[in-house]
Amino acid sequence: MRPEVHTLIPLFIALPLTVAVLIQLLARRRAALAGGLATLTLAALMLMSLATIGQTAGGEVIYNMGGWKTPIGIDLRMDSLTTLLVVTINTIGLAVVLYALDYMRQFTARPRFYSLFLLMITGMNGVVMTGDLFNLYVFLEISAIASYSLVAFGCEQEELEASFKYIVLGSVSSALILIALALMYGVTGALNMAQVSGRVAAEGMDAPLLLAFGLFVCGFAFKAALVPFHAWLPDAHPAAPAPVSAMLSGVLIKAIGIYVLARLIFNVFGAGPAVLSLLCWLGLLSMVVGGLMALGQQDIKRMFAYSSISQVGFIVLGLGLATPLGLVGALFHLVNHSMFKSLLFLNSGAIEYCTGTRRLEKLGGLNRVMPVTGATSLVGAMSISGIPPFNGFWSKLIIIVACVQAGRYGFALMAVVISVVTLAYQLKVQRSAFFSALPDALRDVKREPRMMALSMILLAVGCVALSFAVLTGFSDPWLVGDAGAVLSSGTFGGQP
Amino acid sequence: MIYSLCLLLILVGLYGVVSSGQTLRIVISLAIVSHGIHLLLLLIGYREGGKSPIQDAGEAASSFAAASVDPIPQALVLTSIVISLGVTALMVALCIRLYERYGTFDVTEIRRLRG
Repeated sequence: MRPEVHTLIPLFIALPLTVAVLIQLLARRRAALAGGLATLTLAALMLMSLATIGQTAGGEVIYNMGGWKTPIGIDLRMDSLTTLLVVTINTIGLAVVLYALDYMRQFTARPRFYSLFLLMITGMNGVVMTGDLFNLYVFLEISAIASYSLVAFGCEQEELEASFKYIVLGSVSSALILIALALMYGVTGALNMAQVSGRVAAEGMDAPLLLAFGLFVCGFAFKAALVPFHAWLPDAHPAAPAPVSAMLSGVLIKAIGIYVLARLIFNVFGAGPAVLSLLCWLGLLSMVVGGLMALGQQDIKRMFAYSSISQVGFIVLGLGLATPLGLVGALFHLVNHSMFKSLLFLNSGAIEYCTGTRRLEKLGGLNRVMPVTGATSLVGAMSISGIPPFNGFWSKLIIIVACVQAGRYGFALMAVVISVVTLAYQLKVQRSAFFSALPDALRDVKREPRMMALSMILLAVGCVALSFAVLTGFSDPWLVGDAGAVLSSGTFGGQP
Repeated sequence: MIYSLCLLLILVGLYGVVSSGQTLRIVISLAIVSHGIHLLLLLIGYREGGKSPIQDAGEAASSFAAASVDPIPQALVLTSIVISLGVTALMVALCIRLYERYGTFDVTEIRRLRG
């Protein structure tokens, strides 16, 4: 028997939060337990998230915190879009924490790492599940503060500098969001998304509300690292330890950036043509700038960070089209990108762990000494550049077809061009790190540790499996279709 | 009028973030920004001559709601102050670590990352 969603909803937040504190309490005496405890928690969360699939079909499940009814209390909601995000967050989280079991051996204070990691998961689960905008802000800050500290985890010069840059820009964007919240509350007298949505639908937008909406879009575009607001990402993501980079690039920018943008634009404030074309242009700009910057990088992780900006551009472009097909493509690409980008970051971490460098010019021929990393990174590279048997191909294809259907031929053309650029920089990594001659300095590099290999293999299998989900006519992989329908329905479902 | 003063405070803070070249000054500027926002939030819930939002026994809910200030922004501000305290503490800790590593608070000298 499957557990009821209603009982599971609060656990997605309570469980990681409790364990994060528990780890700190145990840390004095049983530091070795921390990793195991975190892994078990993430495994439980992943199973719980899988159990929620299909249980919200077409509607939503509401959980009132503390038993207070909606206008007074805070509610947590779960619909198909939330399910999609929750499954993604917790699945990638599990793969990443497995990887961290081996990878984090080179750091001290490991229990703190696991605590912060679980807090980040708590924050992200909270952001995607809450139905209250101020509550969303609180969860957003939980995950953001955890990620600021995780970026600085190495405590070396570059980590600290990147983290400082990240925290300053992050605080400014949070400030924009808070101002928007204040304005919105002042105008509508409500913080609940459904109530605000009902108010906007009934009375339209006036000037202060429009200003609030604009500030929300700017603030969350910062969090999603869309191009004019992206300056922090190429520093922060490479500086973090590899499992954290995987989580930041793979999941965090989507859960607290793109998800909230999509939710606010499509479900709360209503998507006017001006907003949608703004989204399209932001997407295009991110796609092009991110792709071109990635091409010139010599540091693997920095290249992947720019590549994240570029791929996020694809997602936002799909959202901006706002056709059902475009939304499905965008959400499918969101899931796929979190799969292969976390895989690629874990690969780069394995390279750094085993060889001690991540500069492309010092690497070479790693296929011979690190076969698992070589093979899985090839899968990741092929997926991200959209080569047919892999998942990235389908989502990019859907987005491009959606562009053509919407009559936006220029956008379609640019998407194809940037796909080729993606292939170019991924091939650069493959050629200079994995296929060329092995430099003498790297002759006796050891293999990647077992748990790291396991986690990378799992993610690579995931990339292929998602693709077969499409091929075998299981046409609605991971509820993407339903989730798209939630966005195109226009309002926030359920009673206000 | 008084709203625009809040806005002014926020803008002063933002100007400080952009123009001051020292890590600690940036932290202080961000604190000014968040204070500005907190004042704005409080003002939104303010009502001239309103009483504190504690309902007396036997008082009707409607007359209470008509007379008191709005309690929700106060709750929000409390939460937000705690959050900004956390962020500020983390930022100061980062500044100290940065000073240990680079020996300076000057952001123009703390730039190993570029490109």
